[in-house]
Amino acid sequence: MSWLPKSPKARRRLWVVAAVTPVLALAVGLSLYAMRDSVTFFFSPSEATADKAPAGRVVRLGGLVEAGSVARGADGEVAFAVTDNVATTRVVYQGDLPDLFREGQGVVAQGAFLPDRSFRATQVLAKHDENYMPREVADRLKAKGEWRPEGEAPRS
Amino acid sequence: MIVELGAFALVLALVLSALQTAMAVAGRMRRSPVLAGAAEGAAIAAALAVAVAFGVLILAFAVSDFSVANVAANSHTDKPMLYKVAAAWGSHEGSLVLWCLVLTVFGAVLARARNLSFGLKISAVGTQGMLGVLFLAFAVFTSNPFERLNPAPFQGASLNPLLQDPALAFHPPMLYAGYVGFSVCFSLAVAALIEGRANASFWPAWGRWVRPWALASWSLLTVGITMGAFWAYYELGWGGWWFWDPVENASFMPWLAGAALLHSAVVTERRGALAGWTTFLALLAFTFSMLGAFLVRSGVLTSVHAFAVDPERGMMLLAVLGVTAGAAFALFAWRSPQLRGGGQFAPVSREGALVLNNLFLTAACATVLLGTLYPLILEAASGATISVGPPYFALTFVPLMAVAFLILPAGPLLAWKRGDLKGVGQRLAVAAGLAILVALAGWMAFEPRKALSAAGIGLGGWLVLGSLAEVAERIRLFRTGPAESLRRARSLPLGSWGTVLAHAGLGVFVLGAVVETGYRVEAARTVAVGETVTAGRYSVRLDGVRIVEGPNYLSERGDLTVSLRDGGAARVVTAERRFFPAGGQTTTEVGLDFRGLDDVYVVLGERGQTAAGAPAWSVRVWWNPWARLIFLGPFIMAFGGVLSLLDRRLRLGLGKRKAAT
Repeated sequence: MSWLPKSPKARRRLWVVAAVTPVLALAVGLSLYAMRDSVTFFFSPSEATADKAPAGRVVRLGGLVEAGSVARGADGEVAFAVTDNVATTRVVYQGDLPDLFREGQGVVAQGAFLPDRSFRATQVLAKHDENYMPREVADRLKAKGEWRPEGEAPRS
Repeated sequence: MIVELGAFALVLALVLSALQTAMAVAGRMRRSPVLAGAAEGAAIAAALAVAVAFGVLILAFAVSDFSVANVAANSHTDKPMLYKVAAAWGSHEGSLVLWCLVLTVFGAVLARARNLSFGLKISAVGTQGMLGVLFLAFAVFTSNPFERLNPAPFQGASLNPLLQDPALAFHPPMLYAGYVGFSVCFSLAVAALIEGRANASFWPAWGRWVRPWALASWSLLTVGITMGAFWAYYELGWGGWWFWDPVENASFMPWLAGAALLHSAVVTERRGALAGWTTFLALLAFTFSMLGAFLVRSGVLTSVHAFAVDPERGMMLLAVLGVTAGAAFALFAWRSPQLRGGGQFAPVSREGALVLNNLFLTAACATVLLGTLYPLILEAASGATISVGPPYFALTFVPLMAVAFLILPAGPLLAWKRGDLKGVGQRLAVAAGLAILVALAGWMAFEPRKALSAAGIGLGGWLVLGSLAEVAERIRLFRTGPAESLRRARSLPLGSWGTVLAHAGLGVFVLGAVVETGYRVEAARTVAVGETVTAGRYSVRLDGVRIVEGPNYLSERGDLTVSLRDGGAARVVTAERRFFPAGGQTTTEVGLDFRGLDDVYVVLGERGQTAAGAPAWSVRVWWNPWARLIFLGPFIMAFGGVLSLLDRRLRLGLGKRKAAT
């Protein structure tokens, strides 16, 4: 193969480039492709408008669990309201809530909006930390001037 | 009084580490063995001082001395002794002392090392001392675990009940030993950058020192991560074992970098090649360890496992990370062009295969890093808050690893310098054929039929069979008499067995992960006593629920009978919901029925009512096929690592020093 460089060093470099390029291309290509489709945006109820979070698209919804809104249906279905004290979204969830789920506390639900703008959660997230306030929720509340220290009941 | 002793010992350790660094630098400048010896003595003394501090902290927890703020915040008199002791490393302050303990003890072991050249050793000891100064200063000035409370409370706030679990009591020490073990690789790399020469004998000798540390750290990290995953699996009650959560990724990145390091160190040791790259990985592995500590504690990323979160101190950790990694990589950029290790090699050879391994591992590590940090980058750039979840990693990390796994079994069969690809193909032909059969069997055996999962099963089988093919090749199985094969198996070095076990363990893990992910069945129902929930082949009947009083909790304990739907042995499992009055928290205790390789995973949920008004409980059942292999595989891998380590001990006479770790 006459087109290969003559010196062994240059040949080795060529081999390295030949090995590195496809792997890196694969990694970069896959990353870009995955980033487009499989990242999940986070919204608070007032931000989750129909154009930002269309029905059926997987997003995370975070806010406070409205006091007195938790209703348990038959077969483990739970409904509760998530609020950022500006807007409120009704969330339906089939399954066990995390042990740290409480009314008046912060919560993050992953799922998708239904056409009627209620939210069907596939996952309700909790942390090990007893002072559970997801950072996004805290940031949003602070931005809206609705922040208050942990544990106090929200104004309702 | 004894608490003040602990606080004093911690400050003393800081001073000793500073002395260690200063004397190492002076000793290196003057080439003085006396000063070098003093630096080594200081390293050992620093380790002893931190050990005293840590012992005092454990004692304060054991006797529930609530005049210590950290004990009051994390312990409770009602807690069982194991968790009182474990609470010592369950908080930010305590875990930092554990981190410093591991760092200084490893520094002391390094200081005791014989037959390491003078310059290399003194520079490494000095670097390790510098790391000790940084982390001990961080502990003493920002996170002193011995701060007193006045007046002392009567009762403590208790450790988060989720953390009161045997797996979690031992998970942090293992994890930290692994994380911080890479600090020695880091110090050796910095020392090599200072002392290194473009010398044919320098790099193999250096590789011989880095490799055992990389192996030991990686093995410990493997066990630590697996214990953490197992804990998340049965304590959180979510039915899963890996969530691609930022905190999990934080521990996974040093693991990947460490795996790359221990492979590239082999090339450096045997062939003197890849010197710069191995140095880079050694720096990278500990940088990822520190990045992990920062991500976990700073709370910059939302995680389900967030632990001891404190943004301010997290930022200081970022400063420590920036200083350490920045200085080290600057040194690397400056010095590495002058450090050609040499060692030409052909692309088709053992070293070529190891380079390919490194390429895939680092590319995979980069995708994990990108997925973990992307939310931070995007938030800083555009203000949008996103999370990157399992689908991203399934699309990036998994395919890269799958390609790497396809090539993996060929690596150990290739000869150094010049490999024979055709010969390797012939030797692996049987394994490849069997792996295809395994994939077909997997496709037939599981319902519903999934082509991708079947391919994954074939891949797992390929890893196991390909590794066994290597043994078969080495001992000339079926090609000579069984006696001769046995003799060859006995004389096969432990390191080869280590490689085979580590790779086969990876295959075992892949089998478990693929089958569990592809075919798990989940079911949930609200049931009254006597009713059943069915999941796949199993049905679970709620036999009764009673109230049980534990040492520091009240519990609703459900007895459930797990049986195969088409008859077969029924077994009783208990699943609990525990209420801890001390913290006002509820935790879930999963009921696990081990069925061969499968798990039947039962979670007792909240109490509700049936339509008729009778009491009922929401019961969630997972049938996790082959879940046992997920946790077995990594232990086999770590065992392989330990075997390789033992092999090296025989050759290097590392026995005493290794036992000390």
